[in-house]
Amino acid sequence: MTPVLSLAYLVASVLFILCLRGLSSPESARRGIVLGELGMFIAVVATLLHKEIISYTWIIAGVGLGSAIGTAISLRIPMTKMPERIALSHCFGGLATALVGVSEYIHTEGHVSRLTTGALGFETFFGFLTFTGSIMAFGKLQGIITGAPVTYKGQNFINIGLFLGSLGMLVYQIIVPAQPNLFYATGGIGFALGVLAVLPIGGADMPVVISLLNSYAGLAASATGFAIGSNILIISGALDGSSGLLLSLLMSKAMNRSFTNVLFGAFGTAIEPSAAPAGGAVAYNEATVDDAAGVLRAAQNVIVVPGYGMAVSQAQHAVRDLAASLQKRGVEVKYAIHPVAGRMPGHMNVLLAEANVPYDELYDLDNINDDFPRTDAVIVVGANDVVNPAAKKDPASPIYGMPVFNVEQSRSIIVLKRSMNPGFSGVENELFFLPNTMMVLGDAKKTLLAFVAALKDGH
Amino acid sequence: MSSELIFGLYIFVLATFVGYQVISRVPPLLHTPLMSGTNAISGISLVGSLVAAGAEHNHISTILGFVAVTAATINVVGGFMITDRMLRMFRRRGPREGAAGTGGEK
Repeated sequence: MTPVLSLAYLVASVLFILCLRGLSSPESARRGIVLGELGMFIAVVATLLHKEIISYTWIIAGVGLGSAIGTAISLRIPMTKMPERIALSHCFGGLATALVGVSEYIHTEGHVSRLTTGALGFETFFGFLTFTGSIMAFGKLQGIITGAPVTYKGQNFINIGLFLGSLGMLVYQIIVPAQPNLFYATGGIGFALGVLAVLPIGGADMPVVISLLNSYAGLAASATGFAIGSNILIISGALDGSSGLLLSLLMSKAMNRSFTNVLFGAFGTAIEPSAAPAGGAVAYNEATVDDAAGVLRAAQNVIVVPGYGMAVSQAQHAVRDLAASLQKRGVEVKYAIHPVAGRMPGHMNVLLAEANVPYDELYDLDNINDDFPRTDAVIVVGANDVVNPAAKKDPASPIYGMPVFNVEQSRSIIVLKRSMNPGFSGVENELFFLPNTMMVLGDAKKTLLAFVAALKDGH
Repeated sequence: MSSELIFGLYIFVLATFVGYQVISRVPPLLHTPLMSGTNAISGISLVGSLVAAGAEHNHISTILGFVAVTAATINVVGGFMITDRMLRMFRRRGPREGAAGTGGEK
């Protein structure tokens, strides 16, 4: 590597770190992204001047095609589909690193140093694992594959066995290099394992899975750096990997579950319907739009708790309309955002930002939980587990110990829900059966707009 | 162990620490842009694919390189664009909205 190229990569690496640094506040974030783009531009131009590159035909074709597809996806995708988009991008990232690994192995015919053999094997394994794992995550998010956990006997045993087996094969290749069959077999196992490992994970656990795949994509990119001796790849992969790791830790913590539990726990299988309201035996208050609007009319302060249901019914703009009409009446409106609400970290924040909700009205778990006893009305928009009191008091519940919003302490609770069926997790929510809870069943968006209309009519 | 490996490990471990420190300061508000932003950055594997696609080692390597360049470019271009699109939407309560917020908001 020439000194000029090395220096260009150093500058790019610093710019990448500054880019992430910018994301520590919304004011500096956009400037940060510009620095990141600049870093990428410098790195790519410097690489193109590399003497190993002889022909530009395929490069131009690939960059042109990739830019067209990337632009089309970015401009067209609705914000509600962000988790799917992120899953797809991990899929492309995994594919790119895996193919670079295979391509490098083919042209050297496996006659490389032990370090390179190990790095290439690692890169290919994790690259393919991320590729198929992300396709599975995408399929589950899109509903192409069932969002419910798919389990069978001995599943964990098979998955752990395959993982340890491929690690063993990697180590063996480092000891005895130049074994192409073993190299491709390891990549093949990564390919299969991506599918098998995501199968048993339920839709509600997607925030952890997506973060973890992010981390794997980073590890694969770092391994590429080791294989081709490129520091910028090691650095960028490490940044991506630590970001994914940190997010998965935060997400697991927000569900009070360990990694192992998310990966091997198969949420929602064989759960005994816990304690009291089994199968809707206890009555709930089904309320009309007018009943609920009456409560809102009398309220001085309102907290909105959005969940995945808001994304499904694309209700973020309707939420904002309702908040605006309440604010016009002098009502204080806050939003309570749980870290695992939705299908990826920060999902609700992006949706509300899209609907023009100012971010200083959004509150974290810690900043809002003491406000509920002083709150006149809470509107739960398609959230379920994050408002389930069982997490606090029922040790038999699968979500016991998860930090949740104390919505039941507020004067009245209005729950917008499609139907009374429990969600994916199959966990009953006693909040829905409390005397101060009003259930308004139906499409959240329509209900919210009906609230807005009702607030306008009645004075 | 080769010095090349040790050198690489130094860089990897230190970059992981820097990443962890910098990223722990990102508020939950921006976690989705963080994900798509790091995703764009890890599209730097484009650098590796460029060499694979342009070095003319053999046909298979070139074709695999071409697919890798395409996939990595999708992430770089798409990642930065969508991150910016998201970040543009985040705003504080502006003077326009201030009129609506009278009831005890700060």
